[in-house]
Amino acid sequence: MRLDVVLRVVTKLMLPFMLVFASYVQFHGDYGPGGGFQAGVIAAAALILYALMFGLSAAQRVVPTWLVEKLIPLGVMIYAGTGVVSLFLHENFLNYSALSHHHPVHGQEWGVFTVEVGVFVTVSSTMIAIFYAFGGRGR
Amino acid sequence: METFINMVLLTLLAVITIGVVRLRNLFAVIILGGIYSFLMASVLIVLDAVDVAMTEASVGAGISTVLMLTVLYMTRVEEAKPVHSPMLPLFVAGVTGAVLVYGTWGLPAFGLADTPLNNHVGMTYMDLSIPDTGIPNVVTSVLASYRGFDTLGETTVVFTAGIGVLLLLRRGVSVARLRRKQQEEESKS
Repeated sequence: MRLDVVLRVVTKLMLPFMLVFASYVQFHGDYGPGGGFQAGVIAAAALILYALMFGLSAAQRVVPTWLVEKLIPLGVMIYAGTGVVSLFLHENFLNYSALSHHHPVHGQEWGVFTVEVGVFVTVSSTMIAIFYAFGGRGR
Repeated sequence: METFINMVLLTLLAVITIGVVRLRNLFAVIILGGIYSFLMASVLIVLDAVDVAMTEASVGAGISTVLMLTVLYMTRVEEAKPVHSPMLPLFVAGVTGAVLVYGTWGLPAFGLADTPLNNHVGMTYMDLSIPDTGIPNVVTSVLASYRGFDTLGETTVVFTAGIGVLLLLRRGVSVARLRRKQQEEESKS
């Protein structure tokens, strides 16, 4: 573990760029390719890279297991909750136009944004949780 | 040029498949699987399916390779000799492949403009995406808004898969720990 200095330094240099790229893919999904799913996987990959280089316990100090396992259902709840909110605003389930009363298009943009956040949360935490579960078994 | 790129990529895919079938070293097979995914992502980029290519590169080449390697850490690197004759699986795979190739004969030629796909619903989404949702990337607007139900279902599938895997792996760990504890207590007493 002590000899791979180059790998460790390169990993530390790459991590911020990976996370920025994940947020770019997440928030720029309306204009370019990508969205919550891809961004979630990239963010999870960044943490997994960290875990591979610095050990599972170091990664679990950054993102603890209990948090990851709470986040998996939270994403689905954010997604479904958006639909329920639009139901309460006298529209169909998941019709985001209801979210902004005067500008349906703004409502759509907000709705898509929230929904993508939900997808991101579920996908990234699922990937991390599965990796934690597999990695934890090896010891 | 595009034909040439496609030919190179597909030839490499075939070569890697043969390598995966012939190699017995599982570490090499996993790495070849990662390369396969990257090549597949390149093919998808040539097909202008950038979103799918991104998913393939990150999930196929990234996460699954890492997960496979983690699993390999727990097992042996060398693949065991098959117990059964490979004839039946070969037959099933061959027939399935032949049926799939037969199915492609019914498809319209690649990139044809006057297919139903490129005329009715598809064009409606292209025209309506900006006025309806203000989102220029039609893939996103279809995925998250027009077909929001589908994507909710997909997210639920990811959730269910994650919970399922966690339950399976967790149970194994806790049972192993329980046994170890029991053994320790027995050895103490």
